[in-house]
Amino acid sequence: MRHVITLLVENEFGVLARIAGLFSGRGFNIESLSVAETLDPTISTMTIVTRGDDAIIEQVIKQLNKLIPVIKVVDLIDKEFVEREMILVKVSTTPQTRDEVLRIAEIFRGRIIDVGNKTYTIEVTGDEKKIDAILGLLKPLGIKELVRTGRVAMARGSKSSTEL
Amino acid sequence: MKKTGSQIIIECLKKEGVEVIFNYPGGAVLPLFDELAHAPFQKILVRHEQAAVHAADGYARASGKVGVVLVTSGPGATNTVTGIATAYMDSIPVVVLTGQIPTYLIGNDAFQEADIVGITRPCTKHNYLVKDIKELSRIIKEAFYIARSGRPGPVLVDLPKDILVESTEFKYPDKVTIRGYRPVYEGHPGQIQRAVTLILKSKRPVLYVGGGVISSNASKELIQLVEMLGIPVTMTLMGLGAFPGNHPLSLGMLGMHGTYRANMAVMESDLLIALGARFDDRVTGKIESFAPQAKIIHIDIDPTSISKNVKVDLPIVGDCKRVLGKIITLLEKEDTHAYKEGLQKWRRQIEGWKAIYDLNYRQEGMIKPQFVIEKIFELTRGEVIISTEVGQNQMWTAQYFPFMKPRTLLTSGGLGTMGYGFPAAIGAQIAFPNRLVVNISGDGSFQMNSQELATAVQYRLPVKVAILNNGCLGMVRQWQEFFYEKRYVCSSLEGVSPDFVKLAEAYGAVGLRATQPEEVVSTLKKAFSIREPVVIDFVIDPCENVYPMVPAGEPLNQMRLI
Repeated sequence: MRHVITLLVENEFGVLARIAGLFSGRGFNIESLSVAETLDPTISTMTIVTRGDDAIIEQVIKQLNKLIPVIKVVDLIDKEFVEREMILVKVSTTPQTRDEVLRIAEIFRGRIIDVGNKTYTIEVTGDEKKIDAILGLLKPLGIKELVRTGRVAMARGSKSSTEL
Repeated sequence: MKKTGSQIIIECLKKEGVEVIFNYPGGAVLPLFDELAHAPFQKILVRHEQAAVHAADGYARASGKVGVVLVTSGPGATNTVTGIATAYMDSIPVVVLTGQIPTYLIGNDAFQEADIVGITRPCTKHNYLVKDIKELSRIIKEAFYIARSGRPGPVLVDLPKDILVESTEFKYPDKVTIRGYRPVYEGHPGQIQRAVTLILKSKRPVLYVGGGVISSNASKELIQLVEMLGIPVTMTLMGLGAFPGNHPLSLGMLGMHGTYRANMAVMESDLLIALGARFDDRVTGKIESFAPQAKIIHIDIDPTSISKNVKVDLPIVGDCKRVLGKIITLLEKEDTHAYKEGLQKWRRQIEGWKAIYDLNYRQEGMIKPQFVIEKIFELTRGEVIISTEVGQNQMWTAQYFPFMKPRTLLTSGGLGTMGYGFPAAIGAQIAFPNRLVVNISGDGSFQMNSQELATAVQYRLPVKVAILNNGCLGMVRQWQEFFYEKRYVCSSLEGVSPDFVKLAEAYGAVGLRATQPEEVVSTLKKAFSIREPVVIDFVIDPCENVYPMVPAGEPLNQMRLI
């Protein structure tokens, strides 16, 4: 089962290596990982998307908690939460397909952020389903390059994810 | 007043109550060694950095204090890795200080540079690279705190050379605050109450005791609980000594080479109370059929140990000593006498298993290793610190030496490090100069750190090494005999090992040899009477195997008995 885990960690060198090493050393899977500083510059937040049965996820969470620089771990799976990912996608175009690419971008509320003679570069934000959907439509037209930020997630409601 | 980094480290170590530093110098740490000249620590120069960590580990296991190691950068640091991993797997508090090239050269592939923080990340409880002298005293303080608190473990601090010579104002922090690290000591009261209820309902309970009982100094409470309830006790390799091995309710060790009655009791039990143990594969055998009828209570300070391998019915995260104390308090209000009486049938059933099969060997022909171990026990009446290597020597010791007190067995349980026992014995001897320390060794394992004879001789440490010399890598040979149709590939040392008596003498130690059973006692007596390092070469029966044995991956009741 897919889990979205959000964690607060000390913003110091080597923390990412500790977390990545924990996942690789124990054979846990990382589907995506994003990390950046919070408003408090001594703390970073990470969003990790991982898969596993209940026993594995229990171990993932316990092992993350065991790392000294990890301050808080929250599994969002049993909470209401929103998640988003941003992609930049460079699509090959021909005079025949340029309009269609624009239309698709518009439907998905994407933005054209760079235009070349034979390409459009589109920025799109959304949850996993939306991103999969637009990529499914653009793929037959010819994707030259794709970069993804990885998922970021947050609990719904007035409480912050880490107060849960 | 301003102090240099080296002076700050010395001050910090003094504040932490450090008495001894196991070390090996080198270029990157010379400023610190220079400062050590005036410092009030015993400085033990080993002959290989791996042995420095094992010695610090042995010192820590025997004394309960944090062991301290100081080595140089690059190869000095990488040589410590096996020692660190050994301490990590067995949860032993050790602080390893490694030299590092100056901060401005890090990443340049400088001479004797190694990314030791990167290398040891997965085998330390935590590690640090000091990048700013202002953080130095806080980091040292945290290192000791992390090493000894919660589930103990090794912590490494990497010290770039420029940090050692720079100066800053020294102030030792009064307390440690790490927001991501707050070990839980007190068990949950509700869970503890539920545990008491489960215990009192059980008819065939077994206490399964691991190294956590020793590291939390909970033996007294354990014995009290057993006296109250009459529950039989089995111990893991790491737990030996937590409960007196000759107590009528001791079942001995469980697992792959556990006793018949211990393994049968676990398989038939209706309640397994795991105390500071982690359901290692060598203990459980085939995990799906481990303790099939039992409800499991698991008390452990490390949440990751709980429900990792075996699903637990009642977890209690906390320190064994405190949780046991609370369980006892609650039980004092109950009718434990009736419960204890009610377990008579269960205890008789276990006695029955003992009658069917117990550990046994026959001293015929050549010296049997079990005979040597039994004689060591008889001659010392258990008043001795024993270290072992890994393999047959380790298992025979676990089976035939009834450890009476905690911290009297030093053995690499988790990592299974050959070469651990001799330097660990050196560390224990330094912690207790007046106690008898015996390393039960093998001809293979001893050669993995025999250079430490020089250390033992230099510091006049009267450590005794009893080599059970069977001319082969015995446990490898045993597996090849059982599972590889006696194809003994690369496991024979017959005729290719050094003469251990001459080797000892070459180092300035005493070498003795016994080849006949009737020489065993007199040779041991002689060795124990000499206040010097002694190596005893016991030429033993090369065909002797460790029984019983549960083949890897089989259920615990599938034991090979002969």
